[in-house]
Amino acid sequence: MQTNPSPTPTAEAPAGAAPDSRETLIEVRDLKVEFNIRGGVVKAVDGLTFDIKRGQTMGIIGESGCGKSVTARAILRMIPRPGKITGGNIIYHRRRRLAGHQTAPAETNIIDLTTLDPDGETIRQIRGGEIAMIFQEPMSSLTPVYTAGTHINEAVTLHRLLPIKTLGDQMADKIMQYRHVTREEAREIAVQMLRRVGIPRPEQRVDSYPHQLSGGQRQRVMIAIALSTEPAMLIADEPTTALDVSIEAQILDIMRELQQTANMAIMFITHNLGVIASMADEIVVMYMGKQVERAKVVDLFYNPKHPYTKALLQSVPKLGPRTGQRLASIEGMVPDPLRLPTGCVFHPRCPAFMPGKCDQTIPRWVEAGPDHWARCLLYEE
Amino acid sequence: MVNYLIRRVGYALIMVVLVSFVSFVIIELPPGDYLTQRVQQLRARGDRSAEQQVEMLRARYGLDKPFLERYFNWAGNFLRGDFGESFEFERPVSEILGARLGYTVILAIATTVLTWALAIPLGVYSAVKQYSPGDQIISVVSFIGLGMPGFLLALIIMYFAIIVFNLEVTGLFSPQFQDAPWSFAKVMDLLGHLWIPALISAVTGIGGLVRIMRGNLLDTLGQPFVEAARARGLKNRTVTWKHAVRIAINPLITILGSDVFPSIIVGSSLVAIVLNLPTIGPVFVDSLRKLDMYLAGTCIVFLTIMLLVGNLVADLLLAWVDPRIRLE
Repeated sequence: MQTNPSPTPTAEAPAGAAPDSRETLIEVRDLKVEFNIRGGVVKAVDGLTFDIKRGQTMGIIGESGCGKSVTARAILRMIPRPGKITGGNIIYHRRRRLAGHQTAPAETNIIDLTTLDPDGETIRQIRGGEIAMIFQEPMSSLTPVYTAGTHINEAVTLHRLLPIKTLGDQMADKIMQYRHVTREEAREIAVQMLRRVGIPRPEQRVDSYPHQLSGGQRQRVMIAIALSTEPAMLIADEPTTALDVSIEAQILDIMRELQQTANMAIMFITHNLGVIASMADEIVVMYMGKQVERAKVVDLFYNPKHPYTKALLQSVPKLGPRTGQRLASIEGMVPDPLRLPTGCVFHPRCPAFMPGKCDQTIPRWVEAGPDHWARCLLYEE
Repeated sequence: MVNYLIRRVGYALIMVVLVSFVSFVIIELPPGDYLTQRVQQLRARGDRSAEQQVEMLRARYGLDKPFLERYFNWAGNFLRGDFGESFEFERPVSEILGARLGYTVILAIATTVLTWALAIPLGVYSAVKQYSPGDQIISVVSFIGLGMPGFLLALIIMYFAIIVFNLEVTGLFSPQFQDAPWSFAKVMDLLGHLWIPALISAVTGIGGLVRIMRGNLLDTLGQPFVEAARARGLKNRTVTWKHAVRIAINPLITILGSDVFPSIIVGSSLVAIVLNLPTIGPVFVDSLRKLDMYLAGTCIVFLTIMLLVGNLVADLLLAWVDPRIRLE
C-alpha cells in the first residue's frame, strides 16, 4: 500500500489515532552532533528525535546547512572529520539474514548505532546492506574508472544473500538458509536492477562507464546499487537536486515504485517542499541543527505550527492569477553557526517574535496538536 | 587506438629529427671544440703524418663540405649506428655508451622501483592520516629530501660509510670483482653496491612524489564517489586503494613516463660522479664540459628519444587505467 498523501487527505489515518501499527525501524533519540573546529564548536545537530517505521517515508527539510545531511551520515556513522556524535541514541531494529545460518525473518535485534565502531564489521554490514544511501551528486558519485556493473557487483557480493532452501515452517515465518551470490549471479542481478530502474538496454549499459551515462542515468544507477542489496531503509540525500525537473519526476516515481514492492523505508532529505509533499508520510523540519516541527505531511502542509515552517511554506511560489504581491521570503540571514542567537535560534527572523521571551527562553519540544510536535514558545504554557 | 598510436609515433619521429638537427647545430657551434683544436694542433706540427691525419678527419667529418651536407652525413651515420668518435677517449661513441648502458639501465630500474615502492605507500599513508604525527614526519622528511641535492647526500653517506663503518661505497663493484667474469658472487657484490646510489636517488626523488601523491589523494578522498563507496559498506582499505588511489595516481603515471626513461641517460649524474659509478650520466656531463661534441650530441639525441618514448608509454598506460581518456 502506498500513501501518497498530498492530493487527498482522506486516505490518512484519522488525526489523533494511535500511531500506525507498522513496526519501528529506526528511533533517533535526542541526537547531538558537534563539529569542533578552530573557531569553536558547531552544533550541527542538536536534540533530534524521530522514528522511522518500516515501509514509511520520513522527510527531512530545511535550508542548506541546517544539519539534514549530517543526520543521515550520523545514522550510517559516516560523519566527516572533525564531527562527532556527542549525545543521544540511534536505535536500529535489526532484522538480518546470515550466510550459512538459519534465520527466522522475524528475529529482531536492537542495536544502538551510536555505540558502534565507525570502521567496524557491524556498521559495514549495515551500510549498504541494510541501510543504503544515494547522494545529491549523481555526476560524481560513481567512481569514474569502474563500470555501472562493477559498482553494483561490489554491493551485491558484499551484502546480497540468496535463499538456498527452506528448512522448515515455524508458525507464520519460514526458516530459510542463505548464501552469498556468485560472480555470474551478481552480474545477473546488476542487469536486473538496471532494468528495474528503467535504464534502456541494461545488458549493454551494465558495462558502461559513468562518463558514458547521463546525469539521470547515473542517479538511476545509484538507486540500482542501493536497492540491489534489498535494504530495509534508503537514505536519499537530495537525490534530485542536481537533475532537471522531468528527470526528477522519473527518479521519484522509481523510488516510490520500488519502495512499494520492497516495503522499504525511505529517509528523504531535501529542501524542495514540492518534492517532499509528494514523497513523505511524515516530515521533520530542521533549522540550525534543531528540529523545529514534526508532523504528518498533510498536517504540516495544511496546518503548520512553527513560524519557521509557515514562512517556509509561504516562500514557495504559487501558480495562479497575478496577485501583485511579491514572493514572501524569510527576513534576515541564517545566523553564524558559531554564534547562535540566545533563546529560540529563530527569534531574530521570526515574524511572531515575542520580545523578552523568545530571546531568553529556549523553547521545549511540545505537542502542539495531535501527533504534531513543535519547538516554539507559542505552544508552551 | 591503432590510429592514435601511429599518429603519436609519427609526431615523435618528427620531434627526433628536429632535435637531432638542433643537436648537430650544438655540435658545430662552439669555436673551441675538439675537432678544430685537433686540426690546428696537427697543422702546427706540420709534418706529413699530421697532414694525413687532418685529411682523414676531414674526410670522416666532411669538414670541407657545407653545413647541411655534414648534418645529413652525420644523421645517416647515426641511423647506421655510427655515432661518431669521442675525442676525449679516442674511441667510437657507441663503444663508450654501450659499455655503460647496462649498468645505467640497472641503476635506473633499481632507483625507480625503490622510489615508487616507497613514495606511493608513504603518500597514501600521509593523506589518509592527514595531520597525524606520521604524516608530519613524512612531510618533514620529504621536504628535506626535496631540498637536499643528491650529491650532497652522497658525500654525507660516503663520509659515514668510509670513516665510521669502514665500508667501500664507491663504484658498482668491489676491486676484486671489477674485472672478474660474471658469477653469482659478482651479482651479489653488485647488489651490495647498488643500494647506495639507488637509495640516494630514491631519498631525493621520493619527496616530490610523496607530496604529489598526498595532495592528489586528499583531493580524491573528498570526492562524492569515495563517500558513496564507503556507504556501500566497503572496508576503508578497499575504499582508499580501489576507489581513491586508483584515481589519484593518474598524474603520477605521466611523471613516471617523463622521468624514468630519460633517467636512463642522465639519471642522477652528479651522484654517479661523486660515487664514481660507471654510468652514462658522468660521461654526458663530462662531454659537455670538455666540448666532446659527438659524444654530447649522441647523448642529447638519445635523451630526446627516451623522453618521447617515456611520454608515449605514459599516455598508453593512462589510457589503459582510465577509461575516460581512452580514444575510440
